Amino acid sequence: MNVININEASAKELLGYYQAKLDEEAREAKKAGKLVCWSASVAPPEMCVAMDIAMVYPETHAAGIGARKGSLDMLAVAEQKGYNLDICSYARVNLGYMELLKQEAMTGETPEKLANSPAARVPLPDLVITCNNICNTLLKWYENLAKELDIPCIIIDVPFNHTMPIQRRCKEYIAAQFEEAIKILEKVCGRKFDYDKFLEVQKQVQRSVEQWNRVASFAQLEPSPLNGFDLFNYMGLIVCARARDYAEITFKRFADELQAKYEAGQYAFGAAENEKCRVAWEGIAVWTYLGHTFKTLKKEGAVMVGSCYPGMWSLVYKPGDMLSMAEAYTKIYINTCLENRANVLKETAEKSHSEGAVMHLNRSCKLMGFLNNEGGEYLTKELGIPYVSFDGDQTDPRNYSEAQYETRVQALVEMIQERK
Amino acid sequence: MRTIDSIIAELQAVASNPKKAMDDYKKATGKGAVGIMPVYSPEELVHAAGYLPMGMWGGSKSISKARAFLPPFACSIMQEVMELELEGAYDDLEAVVFSVPCDTLKCMSQKWKGKCPTITFTHPQNRKIAAANVFTKGEYEVVKEKLEQILGVKITDEAIENSIKVYNANRQAMRAFSDLAAEYPNIITPAKRHAVIKARHFMEKSQHTALVNELIEAVKKTEKQPWTGKKVILTGIMAEPDGLLDILQANNFAVVADDLAQEGRQFRVDVEENTGDPLMALAKAWQALDGCSLATDPEKPRGKMLIDMAKKYNADAVIVCMMKFCDPEEWDYPILIQEFEKAGVKNIQIEVDQEATSYEQTKTRLQSFSEIL
Repeated sequence: MNVININEASAKELLGYYQAKLDEEAREAKKAGKLVCWSASVAPPEMCVAMDIAMVYPETHAAGIGARKGSLDMLAVAEQKGYNLDICSYARVNLGYMELLKQEAMTGETPEKLANSPAARVPLPDLVITCNNICNTLLKWYENLAKELDIPCIIIDVPFNHTMPIQRRCKEYIAAQFEEAIKILEKVCGRKFDYDKFLEVQKQVQRSVEQWNRVASFAQLEPSPLNGFDLFNYMGLIVCARARDYAEITFKRFADELQAKYEAGQYAFGAAENEKCRVAWEGIAVWTYLGHTFKTLKKEGAVMVGSCYPGMWSLVYKPGDMLSMAEAYTKIYINTCLENRANVLKETAEKSHSEGAVMHLNRSCKLMGFLNNEGGEYLTKELGIPYVSFDGDQTDPRNYSEAQYETRVQALVEMIQERK
Repeated sequence: MRTIDSIIAELQAVASNPKKAMDDYKKATGKGAVGIMPVYSPEELVHAAGYLPMGMWGGSKSISKARAFLPPFACSIMQEVMELELEGAYDDLEAVVFSVPCDTLKCMSQKWKGKCPTITFTHPQNRKIAAANVFTKGEYEVVKEKLEQILGVKITDEAIENSIKVYNANRQAMRAFSDLAAEYPNIITPAKRHAVIKARHFMEKSQHTALVNELIEAVKKTEKQPWTGKKVILTGIMAEPDGLLDILQANNFAVVADDLAQEGRQFRVDVEENTGDPLMALAKAWQALDGCSLATDPEKPRGKMLIDMAKKYNADAVIVCMMKFCDPEEWDYPILIQEFEKAGVKNIQIEVDQEATSYEQTKTRLQSFSEIL
């Protein structure tokens, strides 16, 4: 691993450094006989980290494989195992990767697809933790991981909030599961739970989230110094390292850089006049075509400033208060009723002064996609802004068409210009 | 005493025309109906209110209006439900109860296009811990309160206890019927078996139980005929339309048991009676329901349950009836086939699309499957 000077490195350098370091730490942990846990992206890491367990995040890992154009090989392995094309492509990439790791562990030989993969190497887990605050797919996915590997599965079930605000019985049920998770961890680790460290980790999560939200807030400025796609790039750390200071350090540096940039009159597209319009993005990034989705907007002078997706990690709670932590993990907007969900969308678009919205009808995400139109219509009704929808997928490149995306973006920009 | 055919015909009429069954109920009782969205609901609460719980298991419409509200990769049954919502098919209901055990149902509960109010509740998915039951009971309390408000009826604990008994009696009758169908495949064809079971979603349960018990008695009086065909178990969300089941019959497959969400999974577990806390008893039934793709369990017992079922009923194979675009079911499949292979259970996957009108591919697959059994 490269050594860098943390105090002098740019945010971008820190991002690359810490991402690699997290993978390295997981590999080292495995070698040293310590426990490794695979985790859903918005599952609470606080308890595992308090027990010094190395965390690996399959969704981020799969996104990375997708961005490096390596997903098709993994998808093929999963399909051979019987995973239907209809299933979330993050999950299929991960199940394919897991299968190859398993083959390697059993035979002592590295399968060709694994050897040739651009995927970052991560070790097999000793346990998994999942949380369905962003979809029930994560329940099924982790059921299968636990079954395939015959390892413990910690479930943090956060019931769909059909009624807002969050009901007390939901918080109590979730908090009871934190206690249950602690019991499982004590058993798996063979020692008492470290409540002092748990509190420290909770405080760390709050500091990370604070800096993450500070970064996101720059998109509210006009012109915006923040290119919203950078939130997708930096997201890896709020997912994988919010319980560590890695995320806090990196986001603080990034926010400071954005502040300096803004003060120097430099914006997302350079000079102020390059920002022709501002758009919101609803849905997960198209990792396999991240560059194309970004450049197409940039060509039209459309800066992406509003997205609810990064806001899912705005996990603000009071350390030491289990009910408060329970609430933070369950109130993710896509785990709430349409009224609340649409309002979050509206607030995001409003705060970022978005003039239109691009909705990703993601073949891999039914929970986000099936209410896209309702969300878009609400934006049009409440804020008078237009929206377009395009077909895509987070990591299966076969479900995206460059031409369709370009046409939709052009149509959106035309509608925005007409309204000006 | 009525003939087997006439009893089955009556149940088939209900299964194929739920609207008439609902209208008949309204006429007879002066009370209305409450829609029950798939997959699991504490229907007993609706029954206890004196209203008819009406299952909403899709249909066989050609999908057109729903296209504007759901992308093509939403599951087949929800496409049908959306089409029916938009056609006003549910507008005579007083309310609709929504459970949301998958991502598609969460969305469906939030984009209801019918006229009546909806009551949504969430099942806990960390099901085996005690706190899950407390949560479920809380959700059921809200469902009960909302039903009381909408229907203007007080639902007493006594009435719920009574409904639990009525439902348990029906579940027992259904299990007995399912076993009987395995013994009399010459009489109870796959389509007839399905109709008898499906009718329970559109009838007041004690009436359905009476008919099914009458049917059981009538069938038992006939002599068992040897079955020369193959015996299969169906697993999945549902096995519809009848065209699919007719292929089974044409290829001499007898359905000797099922693990379908619309059928056997509905009556696999009884609710504890006379506990003094009927809502908690209902909650515990969710905890006890195993082997469904929508009821989370990292042990994934479904494969073992099916393997045991195949042994118990001496089945030749398991047919996985894969609801088109149902991801929870798709998730179970790769694990199931590994377990089937290990246990030597022959199996085949067929696609379930309620909209389908031709089944050439399925026909060919099942024909060749029959030959290797």
